[in-house]
Amino acid sequence: MFESLSDKLGQALRNLRGVGTLSPENMAEALQEVRTALLSADVHFKVAREFIERIQTQCAGQEVLKGVAPGQQVVKIINDELVKLLGEGSTELSAARPLKIMLVGLHGSGKTTSTAKLGKLLKKRGYRPSVVACDVYRPAAIDQLEILAKQEELGFFADRTSTDVPRLGKKALSDALASGSDAILFDTAGRLQIDTDLIEEVKKLRSEINPDEILLVVDGALGQEAVNVAKAFHDSLQITGLILTKLDGDARGGAALSIKSIAGVGIKFVGTGEKIADFDIFYPDRLASRILGMGDVVSLVERAQESIDEKEAAKMAEKLRKADFDLEDFLSQMQQMKKLGSMQSLIGMMPGMNGVKLGDGAEKQMAQAEAIIKSMTFQERRNPSVINGNRRQRIASGSGTKIVDVNQLLKQFQQMQKMMKMMKGGGAMKMMRQMNAMKGKGGFPGMGM
Amino acid sequence: MFGLFKKFKEGFSKTVSAIAEKTHGLFGGRKIDASSLSELEEALYTADFGVETTNEIIQEIKEAYKKDKDLKGKQAAEIGASVLKRILAGSEGVLVESGTKPTVLAIIGVNGSGKTTSCAKLAWRLKEDKKTVLIAAADTFRAAAIEQLQTWAKKLDLELISSHTGADSAALAFDAWQAAKARNKDYLIIDTAGRLHTKSNLMDELAKIRRVLQKNDATAPQHRWLVVDGSLGSNSIEQAKVFHASFGLTGLIVTKLDGTSRGGAIVGIFRQLKIPIYFVGLGEKAEDLQPFSIENYSNAVFGLDK
Repeated sequence: MFESLSDKLGQALRNLRGVGTLSPENMAEALQEVRTALLSADVHFKVAREFIERIQTQCAGQEVLKGVAPGQQVVKIINDELVKLLGEGSTELSAARPLKIMLVGLHGSGKTTSTAKLGKLLKKRGYRPSVVACDVYRPAAIDQLEILAKQEELGFFADRTSTDVPRLGKKALSDALASGSDAILFDTAGRLQIDTDLIEEVKKLRSEINPDEILLVVDGALGQEAVNVAKAFHDSLQITGLILTKLDGDARGGAALSIKSIAGVGIKFVGTGEKIADFDIFYPDRLASRILGMGDVVSLVERAQESIDEKEAAKMAEKLRKADFDLEDFLSQMQQMKKLGSMQSLIGMMPGMNGVKLGDGAEKQMAQAEAIIKSMTFQERRNPSVINGNRRQRIASGSGTKIVDVNQLLKQFQQMQKMMKMMKGGGAMKMMRQMNAMKGKGGFPGMGM
Repeated sequence: MFGLFKKFKEGFSKTVSAIAEKTHGLFGGRKIDASSLSELEEALYTADFGVETTNEIIQEIKEAYKKDKDLKGKQAAEIGASVLKRILAGSEGVLVESGTKPTVLAIIGVNGSGKTTSCAKLAWRLKEDKKTVLIAAADTFRAAAIEQLQTWAKKLDLELISSHTGADSAALAFDAWQAAKARNKDYLIIDTAGRLHTKSNLMDELAKIRRVLQKNDATAPQHRWLVVDGSLGSNSIEQAKVFHASFGLTGLIVTKLDGTSRGGAIVGIFRQLKIPIYFVGLGEKAEDLQPFSIENYSNAVFGLDK
C-alpha cells in the first residue's frame, strides 16, 4: 500500500549522491519531492508540512557519513521520524476482563467485518468473545453480523424488534456476560462524524455499556478527510484506538500517518484482506520499514506460526526426508499455504518485493494444480505412475484444464521426487546441477522452487 | 433547477464552510495576497483536489494577481470555479436508454463504497421517471448483501431477482436478464459484490458476468458504472484506472458527498480517465442521489451563488 510512497522517496533522494554535508539548499529539491510524495499518498497537508520541517531540521548540518550514500542517511532519518510519528512499540488492547469493545466509524469503513475479525483474534487469544449487533439502520446489517458470528463460532446478541440502541446494548451486555462471555464486541451503525443525532446515540450507548476500548474503524484509502473524521470522533467519544482497513489494496495509507499525528490515537489493528484471518496487530516500526521498502518479514513469520499446524509440518518434514512424498501430500501442502492468506498479501511483506504485482498468476497456477489433483483418484495421487493417456484425458476434463497442463504438473512432480531422492542419497552437488538445469522451466507452483 | 442547486449547496454546505473557514472569508471582499494564496492552496489540498488540479488553480489565480494587484477574493473564487468547469467539461453523464429492452446497468466498486444503496436509489429514481426496473442482487459473496437489497426493495417497492449467498453471480445475472426481457422492463440494474481492484480473480468474475450477459444481448451491459466513495483520497483514481482497464467503465456514481469531504478526487478521476459522472450521493434518503452538474459542483466548491 505504501509502495508508491517509498518509490517516490527513493527517487527524490537519489539526487543527493555525491554531497558532502546536508544543507537546506541541497535538501530543498529532495524535500519538495518528499512533500509531493506524501501529499499524493493522501497524507494530510499540515502533517506533511510539519513532517518536512522536522526532517529538514534534523538533516541540516549533518555531515554525510563515510561509506553511506547521503540518500540512505536521509532515509534513516525519515524512517526514525516515521516510527516516532506512527507511535513507538506495539499498541495493545486493554487487559480488562471482561473486555468490552465498541467499534465506530463512517459508512462502509468495514466495522461489521472488523468486528468479526477482532472476535476471531480474541478467540485465538483464549477469550470467549460475543458480538452485539447495534447497527439498527443499515438494512440487513444484523444478518451480516449474525452470519459472520456463526461462521467464526462467536456468541451473537441482537434485538431485531428494537431501535433503542443504548437499551438493547445494555441488555445484550448482561445477556452476553450471563452466557459466560468475557469479551463483548459492539458493532455500531455507520455514521457521519457531523451527524449529531447519531453521535448522541452512540454516546448514550457508551455510557450504558462503559466500554474498555472504543475503536474507530477507518478505510485505509481515506483522503484528507481522515483527519476530520478521527478528530471529531475522538472529541465526542474519546476513542482509544484505530483499526485501519482495506490495506490489501494498493498505493495509499497516508491517512494512517495523518490520523496518528493529528488525533493522537494509536492504530491497533489493520485489515489486510477479505478472509476473516486477514487481520493483524499494528506495528509502527514494521509499517515504517515497509514504507521504505524494507519489507515486513516479522509479520509473515508470525502469521506462518499461527496458521501452520505443527504436527502436520513435522509429518511433512518426515515424508520429505524419506522422499515419500506424493500428490496427496502436495495437496495438503498447498492448502496450508492458503491458510496464510492471499499470495499478494504475503508478497507485500517480503523485503524487496514491495510493489511487486503478482497479478494472481501464481494464485491461479496454484488453484489449477489443486483442481488437477482433486480430479485424480486416491490411487492416482498416491502413485502417479498409473496415470495413462485415458486417465490424463479424464483428469483434464474433470478439472477444466488441458492435457498439457496435467502433463506439466506430473512432469514437475517427477522432477521434484527425483530431487528429493538425491537429497536423501546425499548427492548435494548432483542436486545443485539438477536445479540449475531446471531453472527457467518454471518451478513447482507454491513450493518456492 | 433552482431546487437542485439548493440541494447541491446544502450537500456541499460543509465543504464551502470548510474552505471558507480555512481561507478566513477569502471569498468575500478581502484582497488576495501571498498568505491568502497559501491558505487557499492548503484548503484545496485538504479537499483532495490533488497536486495537479491544485497547482493549476493556484497558477491561474497567481497570473491574474500579477496583472491586477487589487484582485479580490470573490474574483479568485470565480477563477477557481472556471478552472474546475474547464477541467470537468464533458463530465456530466446523461443516461440514455438503448434501442432494445432492457438497458443493462452493471454497478461495480470496492467494498463499502455504497453500491447496494446506490442501486436501490437509482432504481427508485428511474421508477419516479415512469420507467420499469428490475434489480439483480448479484452480490452473492458478502454476508447479508441480498437481505440488504431485499429490505430496500420492500421499502421502495422495487422488483428484485435474487438467489442465495454463494450462488453463481454470473448465472444470476443471466437469469435476471431473461426475467427483465420476459417482463418487458426498461432497465436491469445489476448489484455486484464489492472487490478491491487489486484482486484479479474477482476482476475476472466481473468479466464473466459481462460475457454471460452478452449471450443474451451482445451490447449488454450497456452501462458499466463504478461507485466511488467521495471521502477517499487519491487511491480512488487508482481504483478507477484498474476497473476501467479491465471492465471499460462508462460512468461514475460518487457517494457520501454529504460529509465534510469535498470529493475533490473525482476531479482527478475525470482528468485522467474522462469517464462521465452520472450521479452524486448527497444524503441517506432515496431522493438524495442526484444527477451530477458541473456548474453546481464548481460553484458550490467555491461558495459562489448563481
